[in-house]
Amino acid sequence: MNSSGESVIEVVDLVRRFGDRTVIHDISFSVHRGETLVIMGGSGCGKSTLLRHIIGSMKPTSGSVKVFGEEITTMKEREIARVRRRFGMLFQSGALLASLTVGENVALPLLQHTDRSPDEIEDIVEQKLQMVGLSGFENLKPAEISGGMKKRVGLARALALDPELLFSDEPTSGLDPIMTAVVDQLTLKLTHGTHMTAVVVTHDMTSAFRIATRMIMLGHGDIIAQGTPDEIRTSSNPEVQQFINGEADGPIPLNLSQDEHEHHRHVKPRPFFAARNRFHHKTQ
Amino acid sequence: MVALTAFSIGVTLAMQAAHSLQQLGAEMYVPDLVMVTLLREMGPVLIAVIVIGRSGSAVAAELGTMKVSEEIEALEVMAINPVEYLVVPRFLAMLVMLPALTIMGNYVGVFGGWAICRFALNFNTAGYVLRALQSADTWDLYSGMIKSGVFAWLIITIACNAGLRVEGGAEGVGQATTASVVQALLAMLVMNAVLTGIFFFGA
Repeated sequence: MNSSGESVIEVVDLVRRFGDRTVIHDISFSVHRGETLVIMGGSGCGKSTLLRHIIGSMKPTSGSVKVFGEEITTMKEREIARVRRRFGMLFQSGALLASLTVGENVALPLLQHTDRSPDEIEDIVEQKLQMVGLSGFENLKPAEISGGMKKRVGLARALALDPELLFSDEPTSGLDPIMTAVVDQLTLKLTHGTHMTAVVVTHDMTSAFRIATRMIMLGHGDIIAQGTPDEIRTSSNPEVQQFINGEADGPIPLNLSQDEHEHHRHVKPRPFFAARNRFHHKTQ
Repeated sequence: MVALTAFSIGVTLAMQAAHSLQQLGAEMYVPDLVMVTLLREMGPVLIAVIVIGRSGSAVAAELGTMKVSEEIEALEVMAINPVEYLVVPRFLAMLVMLPALTIMGNYVGVFGGWAICRFALNFNTAGYVLRALQSADTWDLYSGMIKSGVFAWLIITIACNAGLRVEGGAEGVGQATTASVVQALLAMLVMNAVLTGIFFFGA
Protein backbone atom coordinates (compact mmCIF):
# COMPACT_ATOMS: atom_id res chain seq x y z
CA MET A 1 0.00 0.00 0.00
CA ASN A 2 2.69 2.50 1.02
CA SER A 3 4.64 2.11 -2.18
CA SER A 4 7.00 5.06 -1.88
CA GLY A 5 6.72 5.66 1.83
CA GLU A 6 6.79 9.45 1.99
CA SER A 7 3.59 10.99 3.38
CA VAL A 8 2.23 13.93 1.45
CA ILE A 9 -0.80 14.34 3.67
CA GLU A 10 -1.12 13.16 7.25
CA VAL A 11 -4.39 13.62 9.10
CA VAL A 12 -4.33 12.71 12.77
CA ASP A 13 -7.34 12.61 15.11
CA LEU A 14 -9.19 15.31 13.17
CA VAL A 15 -12.39 16.48 14.84
CA ARG A 16 -14.68 19.24 13.65
CA ARG A 17 -17.85 20.35 15.39
CA PHE A 18 -20.35 22.97 14.32
CA GLY A 19 -22.14 23.94 17.51
CA ASP A 20 -23.18 20.62 19.04
CA ARG A 21 -23.12 18.73 15.76
CA THR A 22 -19.98 16.73 15.03
CA VAL A 23 -19.31 16.70 11.31
CA ILE A 24 -15.90 15.06 11.43
CA HIS A 25 -15.48 12.53 14.17
CA ASP A 26 -11.87 11.68 14.96
CA ILE A 27 -10.48 10.83 11.54
CA SER A 28 -6.90 9.72 10.89
CA PHE A 29 -5.31 8.71 7.59
CA SER A 30 -2.34 9.50 5.42
CA VAL A 31 -1.67 9.81 1.72
CA HIS A 32 1.65 8.82 0.20
CA ARG A 33 3.46 10.24 -2.78
CA GLY A 34 2.20 8.96 -6.11
CA GLU A 35 -0.98 7.55 -4.63
CA THR A 36 -4.51 8.29 -5.75
CA LEU A 37 -6.76 8.35 -2.74
CA VAL A 38 -10.47 8.32 -3.42
CA ILE A 39 -12.77 9.60 -0.68
CA MET A 40 -16.33 8.32 -1.02
CA GLY A 41 -19.47 8.74 0.98
CA GLY A 42 -23.04 9.88 0.77
CA SER A 43 -24.12 13.50 0.64
CA GLY A 44 -23.65 15.28 3.94
CA CYS A 45 -21.15 12.74 5.29
CA GLY A 46 -18.37 15.30 5.73
CA LYS A 47 -16.34 14.74 2.52
CA SER A 48 -16.18 18.38 1.46
CA THR A 49 -15.63 19.52 5.03
CA LEU A 50 -12.71 17.10 5.29
CA LEU A 51 -11.26 18.41 2.03
CA ARG A 52 -11.57 22.00 3.25
CA HIS A 53 -9.58 21.13 6.35
CA ILE A 54 -6.81 19.58 4.29
CA ILE A 55 -6.48 22.63 2.03
CA GLY A 56 -6.42 24.89 5.10
CA SER A 57 -9.59 26.86 4.42
CA MET A 58 -11.25 25.54 7.58
CA LYS A 59 -9.72 25.06 11.02
CA PRO A 60 -10.44 21.88 12.97
CA THR A 61 -11.90 21.75 16.46
CA SER A 62 -8.97 19.52 17.36
CA GLY A 63 -6.44 17.29 15.68
CA SER A 64 -3.69 17.82 13.17
CA VAL A 65 -3.35 18.00 9.39
CA LYS A 66 0.11 17.92 7.85
CA VAL A 67 0.55 18.71 4.16
CA PHE A 68 4.05 18.15 2.73
CA GLY A 69 5.12 17.54 6.33
CA GLU A 70 3.97 20.97 7.51
CA GLU A 71 1.20 21.49 10.02
CA ILE A 72 -1.44 23.46 8.13
CA THR A 73 -3.99 23.88 10.93
CA THR A 74 -1.93 26.40 12.88
CA MET A 75 -0.49 28.31 9.91
CA LYS A 76 -1.04 31.95 9.11
CA GLU A 77 -2.64 32.88 5.77
CA ARG A 78 0.70 33.74 4.21
CA GLU A 79 2.24 30.39 5.11
CA ILE A 80 -0.84 28.53 3.88
CA ALA A 81 -0.49 30.40 0.58
CA ARG A 82 3.10 29.13 0.29
CA VAL A 83 1.93 25.52 0.73
CA ARG A 84 -0.96 26.05 -1.67
CA ARG A 85 1.36 26.98 -4.50
CA ARG A 86 2.46 23.36 -4.49
CA PHE A 87 -1.00 21.91 -5.02
CA GLY A 88 -3.84 22.32 -7.47
CA MET A 89 -7.50 21.99 -6.80
CA LEU A 90 -10.43 21.25 -9.05
CA PHE A 91 -13.72 22.55 -7.71
CA GLN A 92 -17.06 20.86 -8.16
CA SER A 93 -18.38 23.62 -10.41
CA GLY A 94 -15.00 24.45 -11.93
CA ALA A 95 -15.03 27.81 -10.09
CA LEU A 96 -13.66 29.70 -13.09
CA LEU A 97 -13.47 33.48 -12.82
CA ALA A 98 -16.42 34.62 -14.90
CA SER A 99 -14.76 37.88 -15.91
CA LEU A 100 -11.75 36.17 -17.53
CA THR A 101 -11.60 34.05 -20.67
CA VAL A 102 -10.85 30.34 -20.53
CA GLY A 103 -7.22 31.00 -21.49
CA GLU A 104 -6.82 33.76 -18.91
CA ASN A 105 -8.25 31.49 -16.24
CA VAL A 106 -5.66 28.82 -16.94
CA ALA A 107 -2.93 31.46 -17.15
CA LEU A 108 -3.89 33.07 -13.84
CA PRO A 109 -1.75 30.94 -11.50
CA LEU A 110 1.18 31.23 -13.93
CA LEU A 111 0.89 35.02 -14.06
CA GLN A 112 0.57 35.27 -10.29
CA HIS A 113 3.24 32.83 -9.19
CA THR A 114 5.88 32.59 -11.92
CA ASP A 115 8.08 35.01 -13.86
CA ARG A 116 7.49 33.34 -17.21
CA SER A 117 7.19 35.41 -20.36
CA PRO A 118 3.78 35.89 -21.99
CA ASP A 119 4.84 33.58 -24.85
CA GLU A 120 5.80 30.77 -22.50
CA ILE A 121 2.57 31.17 -20.59
CA GLU A 122 0.58 31.01 -23.79
CA ASP A 123 2.35 27.76 -24.71
CA ILE A 124 1.64 26.22 -21.32
CA VAL A 125 -2.00 27.27 -21.45
CA GLU A 126 -2.37 25.72 -24.89
CA GLN A 127 -0.72 22.51 -23.74
CA LYS A 128 -2.89 22.23 -20.61
CA LEU A 129 -6.08 22.87 -22.54
CA GLN A 130 -5.05 20.24 -25.05
CA MET A 131 -4.62 17.76 -22.19
CA VAL A 132 -8.28 18.19 -21.26
CA GLY A 133 -9.44 18.19 -24.88
CA LEU A 134 -10.27 21.87 -25.16
CA SER A 135 -7.72 23.27 -27.62
CA GLY A 136 -8.98 26.38 -29.33
CA PHE A 137 -11.35 27.41 -26.56
CA GLU A 138 -8.92 30.00 -25.12
CA ASN A 139 -10.92 33.07 -26.04
CA LEU A 140 -14.36 32.00 -24.88
CA LYS A 141 -15.82 33.22 -21.61
CA PRO A 142 -16.85 30.62 -19.00
CA ALA A 143 -20.50 31.61 -19.56
CA GLU A 144 -20.21 30.47 -23.18
CA ILE A 145 -19.18 26.87 -22.46
CA SER A 146 -21.02 23.95 -20.87
CA GLY A 147 -20.75 22.80 -17.27
CA GLY A 148 -18.60 19.81 -18.18
CA MET A 149 -16.25 22.02 -20.18
CA LYS A 150 -15.94 24.42 -17.27
CA LYS A 151 -14.93 21.53 -15.10
CA ARG A 152 -12.25 20.49 -17.58
CA VAL A 153 -10.95 24.06 -17.77
CA GLY A 154 -10.88 24.00 -13.97
CA LEU A 155 -8.73 20.88 -14.22
CA ALA A 156 -6.40 22.55 -16.73
CA ARG A 157 -6.07 25.49 -14.35
CA ALA A 158 -5.41 23.20 -11.38
CA LEU A 159 -2.61 21.58 -13.39
CA ALA A 160 -1.13 24.84 -14.71
CA LEU A 161 1.68 24.96 -12.18
CA ASP A 162 2.42 21.21 -12.49
CA PRO A 163 1.39 20.59 -8.88
CA GLU A 164 2.80 17.82 -6.73
CA LEU A 165 -0.64 17.25 -5.29
CA LEU A 166 -4.06 17.50 -6.92
CA PHE A 167 -7.38 17.75 -5.09
CA SER A 168 -10.49 17.02 -7.10
CA ASP A 169 -13.98 17.58 -5.79
CA GLU A 170 -16.31 15.44 -7.91
CA PRO A 171 -14.15 15.68 -11.05
CA THR A 172 -16.43 13.55 -13.22
CA SER A 173 -19.95 14.49 -12.16
CA GLY A 174 -21.68 16.13 -15.09
CA LEU A 175 -19.28 14.70 -17.66
CA ASP A 176 -20.35 12.19 -20.30
CA PRO A 177 -18.86 8.68 -20.02
CA ILE A 178 -16.20 9.35 -22.63
CA MET A 179 -15.01 12.58 -21.02
CA THR A 180 -15.08 10.82 -17.65
CA ALA A 181 -12.69 8.23 -19.07
CA VAL A 182 -10.47 10.99 -20.48
CA VAL A 183 -10.28 12.78 -17.13
CA ASP A 184 -9.63 9.50 -15.32
CA GLN A 185 -6.85 8.59 -17.72
CA LEU A 186 -5.32 12.00 -17.30
CA THR A 187 -5.29 11.53 -13.54
CA LEU A 188 -3.72 8.08 -13.97
CA LYS A 189 -1.12 9.38 -16.39
CA LEU A 190 -0.12 12.21 -14.09
CA THR A 191 0.11 10.06 -10.98
CA HIS A 192 2.12 7.39 -12.77
CA GLY A 193 4.23 9.62 -14.97
CA THR A 194 5.09 12.55 -12.74
CA HIS A 195 4.48 11.02 -9.32
CA MET A 196 1.75 13.50 -8.68
CA THR A 197 -0.43 12.61 -5.72
CA ALA A 198 -4.18 12.87 -6.11
CA VAL A 199 -6.99 13.12 -3.60
CA VAL A 200 -10.34 12.68 -5.29
CA VAL A 201 -13.76 13.08 -3.72
CA THR A 202 -16.36 11.32 -5.82
CA HIS A 203 -19.70 9.54 -6.01
CA ASP A 204 -18.91 7.99 -9.36
CA MET A 205 -18.05 4.37 -8.55
CA THR A 206 -16.85 3.44 -12.04
CA SER A 207 -14.41 6.30 -12.03
CA ALA A 208 -13.42 5.66 -8.41
CA PHE A 209 -12.43 2.05 -9.03
CA ARG A 210 -10.62 3.03 -12.22
CA ILE A 211 -8.26 5.57 -10.66
CA ALA A 212 -7.94 4.67 -6.99
CA THR A 213 -4.88 3.10 -5.48
CA ARG A 214 -6.55 3.42 -2.11
CA MET A 215 -10.07 4.26 -1.01
CA ILE A 216 -11.67 5.70 2.08
CA MET A 217 -15.36 5.54 2.71
CA LEU A 218 -16.86 8.11 5.05
CA GLY A 219 -20.19 7.95 6.86
CA HIS A 220 -21.46 10.23 9.63
CA GLY A 221 -18.04 11.84 9.87
CA ASP A 222 -16.25 8.56 10.48
CA ILE A 223 -14.15 6.34 8.29
CA ILE A 224 -16.35 3.31 7.68
CA ALA A 225 -13.86 1.45 5.55
CA GLN A 226 -10.52 1.95 3.90
CA GLY A 227 -8.27 -0.13 1.73
CA THR A 228 -7.30 -0.92 -1.84
CA PRO A 229 -10.07 -1.03 -4.44
CA ASP A 230 -10.07 -4.82 -4.23
CA GLU A 231 -10.42 -4.78 -0.48
CA ILE A 232 -13.31 -2.32 -0.74
CA ARG A 233 -15.00 -4.32 -3.48
CA THR A 234 -14.88 -7.48 -1.41
CA SER A 235 -15.60 -5.74 1.88
CA SER A 236 -18.10 -7.52 4.07
CA ASN A 237 -19.36 -4.23 5.50
CA PRO A 238 -23.00 -3.89 4.39
CA GLU A 239 -22.85 -0.08 4.22
CA VAL A 240 -19.91 -0.28 1.82
CA GLN A 241 -21.67 -2.84 -0.33
CA GLN A 242 -24.83 -0.74 -0.42
CA PHE A 243 -22.88 2.32 -1.48
CA ILE A 244 -20.70 0.80 -4.18
CA ASN A 245 -23.60 -1.14 -5.65
CA GLY A 246 -25.96 1.82 -5.42
CA GLU A 247 -28.84 0.07 -3.67
CA ALA A 248 -31.73 2.00 -2.17
CA ASP A 249 -32.31 -0.51 0.64
CA GLY A 250 -29.65 -1.04 3.22
CA PRO A 251 -28.12 0.15 6.45
CA ILE A 252 -27.51 3.74 5.29
CA PRO A 253 -30.48 5.83 6.42
CA LEU A 254 -32.44 7.53 3.68
CA ASN A 255 -33.08 10.83 5.40
CA LEU A 256 -31.68 13.03 8.06
CA SER A 257 -33.71 12.74 11.23
CA GLN A 258 -36.25 15.46 11.94
CA ASP A 259 -33.93 16.87 14.63
CA GLU A 260 -31.04 17.25 12.26
CA HIS A 261 -33.28 18.82 9.68
CA GLU A 262 -34.51 21.37 12.20
CA HIS A 263 -30.94 22.06 13.15
CA HIS A 264 -30.07 22.79 9.53
CA ARG A 265 -32.96 25.20 9.27
CA HIS A 266 -32.10 27.08 12.40
CA VAL A 267 -28.54 27.83 11.46
CA LYS A 268 -29.59 29.41 8.19
CA PRO A 269 -27.68 32.68 8.26
CA ARG A 270 -29.38 35.94 9.01
CA PRO A 271 -29.48 38.10 5.89
CA PHE A 272 -27.23 41.03 6.80
CA PHE A 273 -24.23 39.71 8.67
CA ALA A 274 -24.28 36.17 7.49
CA ALA A 275 -20.59 35.41 7.67
CA ARG A 276 -20.55 34.43 11.30
CA ASN A 277 -22.05 31.04 10.62
CA ARG A 278 -20.63 30.70 7.18
CA PHE A 279 -20.23 26.97 6.83
CA HIS A 280 -23.03 25.77 9.05
CA HIS A 281 -25.45 24.72 6.45
CA LYS A 282 -23.00 23.66 3.81
CA THR A 283 -21.34 20.65 5.22
CA GLN A 284 -21.69 17.89 2.71
CA MET B 1 -26.10 60.21 -15.46
CA VAL B 2 -23.71 62.19 -13.28
CA ALA B 3 -23.98 65.13 -15.67
CA LEU B 4 -27.76 65.04 -15.74
CA THR B 5 -27.98 64.83 -11.96
CA ALA B 6 -25.50 67.64 -11.48
CA PHE B 7 -27.23 69.81 -14.07
CA SER B 8 -30.62 69.31 -12.43
CA ILE B 9 -29.15 70.15 -9.05
CA GLY B 10 -27.53 73.32 -10.39
CA VAL B 11 -30.78 74.40 -11.98
CA THR B 12 -32.82 73.60 -8.88
CA LEU B 13 -30.42 75.36 -6.58
CA ALA B 14 -30.47 78.46 -8.75
CA MET B 15 -34.26 78.50 -8.96
CA GLN B 16 -34.72 78.11 -5.21
CA ALA B 17 -32.02 80.66 -4.48
CA ALA B 18 -33.56 83.08 -6.95
CA HIS B 19 -36.98 82.62 -5.42
CA SER B 20 -35.79 83.40 -1.90
CA LEU B 21 -33.25 86.07 -2.74
CA GLN B 22 -35.61 87.96 -5.02
CA GLN B 23 -37.75 88.78 -2.00
CA LEU B 24 -34.74 90.53 -0.54
CA GLY B 25 -33.79 92.06 -3.86
CA ALA B 26 -30.55 90.14 -3.73
CA GLU B 27 -30.62 88.03 -6.89
CA MET B 28 -27.00 88.95 -7.50
CA TYR B 29 -26.04 86.45 -4.78
CA VAL B 30 -27.57 83.49 -6.62
CA PRO B 31 -24.22 82.44 -8.17
CA ASP B 32 -22.57 82.57 -4.74
CA LEU B 33 -25.16 80.28 -3.28
CA VAL B 34 -25.07 77.82 -6.17
CA MET B 35 -21.30 77.68 -6.19
CA VAL B 36 -20.70 77.29 -2.46
CA THR B 37 -23.54 74.81 -1.94
CA LEU B 38 -22.36 72.70 -4.85
CA LEU B 39 -18.71 72.64 -3.90
CA ARG B 40 -19.22 72.03 -0.21
CA GLU B 41 -22.30 69.82 -0.01
CA MET B 42 -24.46 68.96 -2.96
CA GLY B 43 -21.64 68.00 -5.33
CA PRO B 44 -19.90 65.42 -3.14
CA VAL B 45 -23.12 64.05 -1.61
CA LEU B 46 -25.20 63.67 -4.73
CA ILE B 47 -22.42 62.26 -6.85
CA ALA B 48 -21.77 59.79 -4.03
CA VAL B 49 -25.47 58.84 -4.10
CA ILE B 50 -25.24 58.13 -7.82
CA VAL B 51 -22.03 56.14 -7.42
CA ILE B 52 -23.49 54.10 -4.54
CA GLY B 53 -26.46 53.21 -6.72
CA ARG B 54 -24.43 52.50 -9.79
CA SER B 55 -21.04 51.19 -8.66
CA GLY B 56 -21.37 50.27 -5.01
CA SER B 57 -24.25 47.94 -5.78
CA ALA B 58 -22.40 46.54 -8.81
CA VAL B 59 -19.31 45.75 -6.75
CA ALA B 60 -21.36 44.09 -4.00
CA ALA B 61 -23.28 42.02 -6.56
CA GLU B 62 -20.16 41.07 -8.51
CA LEU B 63 -18.12 39.99 -5.50
CA GLY B 64 -21.19 38.29 -4.04
CA THR B 65 -21.69 36.28 -7.20
CA MET B 66 -18.03 35.32 -7.14
CA LYS B 67 -18.40 34.23 -3.54
CA VAL B 68 -21.39 31.96 -4.12
CA SER B 69 -19.88 30.39 -7.25
CA GLU B 70 -16.76 29.35 -5.28
CA GLU B 71 -14.57 31.78 -7.25
CA ILE B 72 -13.28 33.49 -4.12
CA GLU B 73 -12.42 30.16 -2.57
CA ALA B 74 -10.72 29.11 -5.81
CA LEU B 75 -8.54 32.23 -5.68
CA GLU B 76 -7.56 31.45 -2.10
CA VAL B 77 -6.69 27.88 -2.99
CA MET B 78 -4.58 29.17 -5.90
CA ALA B 79 -2.68 31.14 -3.23
CA ILE B 80 -4.02 34.42 -4.63
CA ASN B 81 -5.20 36.77 -1.91
CA PRO B 82 -8.73 37.84 -2.89
CA VAL B 83 -8.33 41.16 -1.10
CA GLU B 84 -5.18 42.01 -3.06
CA TYR B 85 -6.57 40.70 -6.32
CA LEU B 86 -10.16 41.96 -6.16
CA VAL B 87 -10.57 44.61 -3.48
CA VAL B 88 -7.44 46.72 -3.86
CA PRO B 89 -7.97 47.62 -7.55
CA ARG B 90 -11.61 48.52 -6.90
CA PHE B 91 -10.59 50.57 -3.89
CA LEU B 92 -8.03 52.56 -5.89
CA ALA B 93 -10.41 53.04 -8.81
CA MET B 94 -13.09 54.38 -6.49
CA LEU B 95 -10.64 56.64 -4.69
CA VAL B 96 -9.65 58.25 -7.99
CA MET B 97 -12.98 58.24 -9.80
CA LEU B 98 -15.37 59.54 -7.14
CA PRO B 99 -13.48 62.84 -6.63
CA ALA B 100 -12.97 63.09 -10.40
CA LEU B 101 -16.69 62.64 -11.01
CA THR B 102 -17.41 65.15 -8.27
CA ILE B 103 -15.26 67.77 -9.99
CA MET B 104 -17.07 67.10 -13.22
CA GLY B 105 -20.41 67.27 -11.42
CA ASN B 106 -19.43 70.62 -9.91
CA TYR B 107 -18.74 72.05 -13.36
CA VAL B 108 -22.01 70.81 -14.75
CA GLY B 109 -23.93 72.06 -11.71
CA VAL B 110 -22.44 75.51 -12.01
CA PHE B 111 -23.39 75.39 -15.67
CA GLY B 112 -26.98 74.58 -14.65
CA GLY B 113 -26.96 77.55 -12.30
CA TRP B 114 -25.69 79.68 -15.15
CA ALA B 115 -28.58 78.58 -17.39
CA ILE B 116 -31.12 79.89 -14.88
CA CYS B 117 -29.22 83.10 -14.20
CA ARG B 118 -28.62 83.79 -17.85
CA PHE B 119 -32.07 83.08 -19.19
CA ALA B 120 -34.41 83.70 -16.24
CA LEU B 121 -32.57 86.36 -14.29
CA ASN B 122 -30.87 88.15 -17.17
CA PHE B 123 -27.35 87.89 -15.82
CA ASN B 124 -24.65 88.21 -18.39
CA THR B 125 -22.28 85.25 -18.62
CA ALA B 126 -19.19 87.12 -17.51
CA GLY B 127 -21.01 88.50 -14.50
CA TYR B 128 -22.18 85.04 -13.45
CA VAL B 129 -18.74 83.49 -13.79
CA LEU B 130 -17.07 86.33 -11.97
CA ARG B 131 -19.56 86.28 -9.08
CA ALA B 132 -19.31 82.47 -8.83
CA LEU B 133 -15.52 82.51 -8.76
CA GLN B 134 -15.34 85.37 -6.28
CA SER B 135 -17.70 83.70 -3.88
CA ALA B 136 -15.80 80.46 -3.48
CA ASP B 137 -12.32 80.04 -2.09
CA THR B 138 -10.06 77.05 -2.56
CA TRP B 139 -11.04 75.62 0.82
CA ASP B 140 -14.62 75.21 -0.46
CA LEU B 141 -13.25 73.07 -3.28
CA TYR B 142 -10.79 71.15 -1.11
CA SER B 143 -13.31 70.40 1.60
CA GLY B 144 -15.60 68.93 -1.04
CA MET B 145 -12.76 66.84 -2.41
CA ILE B 146 -11.82 65.57 1.04
CA LYS B 147 -15.44 64.60 1.61
CA SER B 148 -15.49 62.88 -1.74
CA GLY B 149 -12.38 60.87 -0.88
CA VAL B 150 -13.82 59.83 2.48
CA PHE B 151 -17.09 58.82 0.79
CA ALA B 152 -15.16 56.76 -1.74
CA TRP B 153 -13.48 54.90 1.09
CA LEU B 154 -16.80 54.28 2.85
CA ILE B 155 -18.65 53.18 -0.27
CA ILE B 156 -16.08 50.70 -1.50
CA THR B 157 -15.38 49.26 1.95
CA ILE B 158 -19.06 48.65 2.58
CA ALA B 159 -19.67 47.25 -0.91
CA CYS B 160 -16.69 44.87 -0.86
CA ASN B 161 -17.47 43.75 2.65
CA ALA B 162 -21.08 43.01 1.77
CA GLY B 163 -20.03 41.15 -1.38
CA LEU B 164 -17.40 38.98 0.25
CA ARG B 165 -19.71 38.00 3.10
CA VAL B 166 -22.51 36.71 0.91
CA GLU B 167 -23.92 33.33 1.88
CA GLY B 168 -26.64 31.21 0.41
CA GLY B 169 -26.79 31.54 -3.36
CA ALA B 170 -28.52 34.08 -5.57
CA GLU B 171 -30.90 35.12 -2.82
CA GLY B 172 -27.94 36.05 -0.62
CA VAL B 173 -26.41 38.12 -3.41
CA GLY B 174 -29.60 40.16 -3.74
CA GLN B 175 -29.81 40.74 -0.02
CA ALA B 176 -26.17 41.74 0.24
CA THR B 177 -26.53 44.18 -2.64
CA THR B 178 -29.55 45.86 -1.09
CA ALA B 179 -27.87 45.95 2.31
CA SER B 180 -24.71 47.48 0.86
CA VAL B 181 -26.66 50.31 -0.81
CA VAL B 182 -28.66 51.10 2.32
CA GLN B 183 -25.64 50.96 4.60
CA ALA B 184 -23.49 53.00 2.25
CA LEU B 185 -26.14 55.72 1.91
CA LEU B 186 -26.60 55.97 5.66
CA ALA B 187 -22.89 55.94 6.40
CA MET B 188 -22.23 58.53 3.70
CA LEU B 189 -24.92 60.95 4.89
CA VAL B 190 -23.91 60.67 8.54
CA MET B 191 -20.27 61.11 7.59
CA ASN B 192 -21.22 64.19 5.55
CA ALA B 193 -22.87 65.76 8.58
CA VAL B 194 -19.83 64.99 10.72
CA LEU B 195 -17.39 66.39 8.16
CA THR B 196 -19.44 69.54 7.63
CA GLY B 197 -19.42 70.01 11.38
CA ILE B 198 -15.67 69.59 11.54
CA PHE B 199 -14.86 71.71 8.49
CA PHE B 200 -17.24 74.62 8.95
CA PHE B 201 -18.33 74.69 12.56
CA GLY B 202 -15.31 73.21 14.24
CA ALA B 203 -12.93 75.03 16.49
